[in-house]
Amino acid sequence: MIEKRCHSVTLDRPSCKGCTTCIRYCPTQAIRVQQGKAKIIDERCIDCGECIRRCQYHAKKAITDGFEMLENFKYKIALPAPAFCGQFSKADDFDIMLTGLKMLGFDHVFEVARGAEVVTAKMKELIHTGLIEAPVISSACPAVVRLIAVKYPDLMSHVAPLTSPMEAAAEMARREAKEKTGLKDEEIGVFFITPCPAKVTAIKWPLALEKSNINGAISIKDAYMRLAHSIDKIEKVEHLSVAGRSGVRWANHGGEAEALGIERYIAVDGIANVMEVLEKLEDDMIKGIDFIETLACTGGCVGGSLAVENNFVANSRIRRISERLADNAAPVPKLDGMYWNRKIEYKPFSPLDEDFSEALKKAARMNEIYAGLPQLDCGSCGAPTCKDLAEDIVRGKANETDCIFKLRERVSILAREMAELESKLPPSME
Amino acid sequence: MSEPLMVLHYDVDGTDFTVAGEASGAVKKVLKQLGVSAEVIRKVAIAMYECEINMVIHAHGGFIDVEIRPESIRMIHKDVGPGIPDVEKAMQAGFSTASQQVRELGFGAGMGLPNMKKYTDEMKITTEVGKGTIVDMTVYIK
Ligand SMILES: Nc1ncnc2c1ncn2[C@@H]1O[C@H](COP(=O)(O)OP(=O)(O)OP(=O)(O)O)[C@@H](O)[C@H]1O
Ligand code: SF4
Ligand code: SF4
Ligand SMILES: [Mg+2]
Repeated sequence: MIEKRCHSVTLDRPSCKGCTTCIRYCPTQAIRVQQGKAKIIDERCIDCGECIRRCQYHAKKAITDGFEMLENFKYKIALPAPAFCGQFSKADDFDIMLTGLKMLGFDHVFEVARGAEVVTAKMKELIHTGLIEAPVISSACPAVVRLIAVKYPDLMSHVAPLTSPMEAAAEMARREAKEKTGLKDEEIGVFFITPCPAKVTAIKWPLALEKSNINGAISIKDAYMRLAHSIDKIEKVEHLSVAGRSGVRWANHGGEAEALGIERYIAVDGIANVMEVLEKLEDDMIKGIDFIETLACTGGCVGGSLAVENNFVANSRIRRISERLADNAAPVPKLDGMYWNRKIEYKPFSPLDEDFSEALKKAARMNEIYAGLPQLDCGSCGAPTCKDLAEDIVRGKANETDCIFKLRERVSILAREMAELESKLPPSME
Repeated sequence: MSEPLMVLHYDVDGTDFTVAGEASGAVKKVLKQLGVSAEVIRKVAIAMYECEINMVIHAHGGFIDVEIRPESIRMIHKDVGPGIPDVEKAMQAGFSTASQQVRELGFGAGMGLPNMKKYTDEMKITTEVGKGTIVDMTVYIK
């Protein structure tokens, strides 16, 4: 049976050297190296893009859409993520970058930062009403939402069931376009310019929505490649930058939380840090906090694995240019799709066994196996740590001799036995 | 009681604040692998964490044995600290003998023992002044 993959992150097999670098960095231990190639375990992957960043052979890729997809629509809208405008060193004005983007084949450009402003307004309401258990966890980073759904079931009730800035922006941009052009929904193509594979997954296989309002996802990288050559040749700069400072700064870590204008918040970025905070929250050790911003990438979305510029540099640029913008751009419109319309269920990684007693026995066996392994976490066996190898063994997916040290042990025992056998050759053969 | 199918043992270093919580964290991981329900994991993690912290703050560390059976999770915390002179009083919400220094670290609200009681199905404290304390807690799985 071929199971349908539902992840943006994939392996480019020919490029993979089986070096085992990526397995160490995957926060959910979703990668194994088998027969010299990396393999992503689908149920564990959260599309964080960590492996894309780490692979020096560029064997981990995100599936995104190409510009040719624009041809399927009469009217095309680009929705640049707030991080987009931090990518260019030459331009000192958002309008220049947005005009450049439009020239790549779009009829209009609508900033996702506008959508962020709408989400901020809704989030303020949500925190204020106390309908969601405090602290409210942001749902803006889809990698984190997936992480919580598989690893922190108890925290699901803290996650704000709000739509994302890109979906809010898509609804606004579509509505505007329909009024202006009189075209039908299916004639309008909405394309998210993404820093992030998790957002691609959220568009193609949404977790919390029945269907996305967005038709395609083009990576910032791809847009950048086309734009890099033409950006300083723009003749007439259009006024396209309509978002306010608070929306634009969602690109940087802390931006979403700051926009709320509240004091008691935590803003955490980088997947390992996020996990640390979630653990603490799970143990009831975080008190007196109203809101937690959780971004999988270091530095926030400017650090997305499909962005081009160094995240610290992009951060600084966005901060500086956005200083000139008004705090909030325009009054917040009423949208239809402000909330999730699908319930996210706790979907833990498969337990060691469906039957609890069996699972317990396997866990005990796993501890025994682990105790016998060298505990060096060298990764040569293709599993990220000795613990993971022990788990794979009890799950029947690996063998003890996958460990090179165990293999050596076995070989030397065999060699000794052979030597002994040899000395016991029957007299007739001597 | 049946033989436990799995026993986990942890030493708790009484001199290092930053390692408190490592044992409860490790147990949480194991329980998730076993497919134990979120609610049970939460109860065990909170009770164990509070108890572990108490061992470090009030009793110079000790060790923890966690026994897992198909029907329950039992956590036995043993220390050779100063003991608790009046258990009933210690169990009251808000009672604490924590020093000013410890309070500044955010502990000492006197809510640890009451929370352990709240989150577990069985709890027994055996203690002797000058000798030490055993806190024995069980959370039922079903
Ligand atoms: N293992 C122990 N050894 C000696 N005394 C203890 C031990 N555990 C608890 N106590 C005593 O019981 C008191 C109440 O404990 P409890 O955990 O409820 O509150 P706390 O530790 O003082 O504060 P909190 O747990 O809210 O940070 C403690 O202040 C201490 O005097
Ligand atoms: S995208 Fe993230 S979760 Fe998925 S395999 Fe790569 S590192 Fe692991
Ligand atoms: S932090 Fe931003 S770019 Fe990174 S995974 Fe989350 S949403 Fe995507
Ligand atoms: Mg305490």
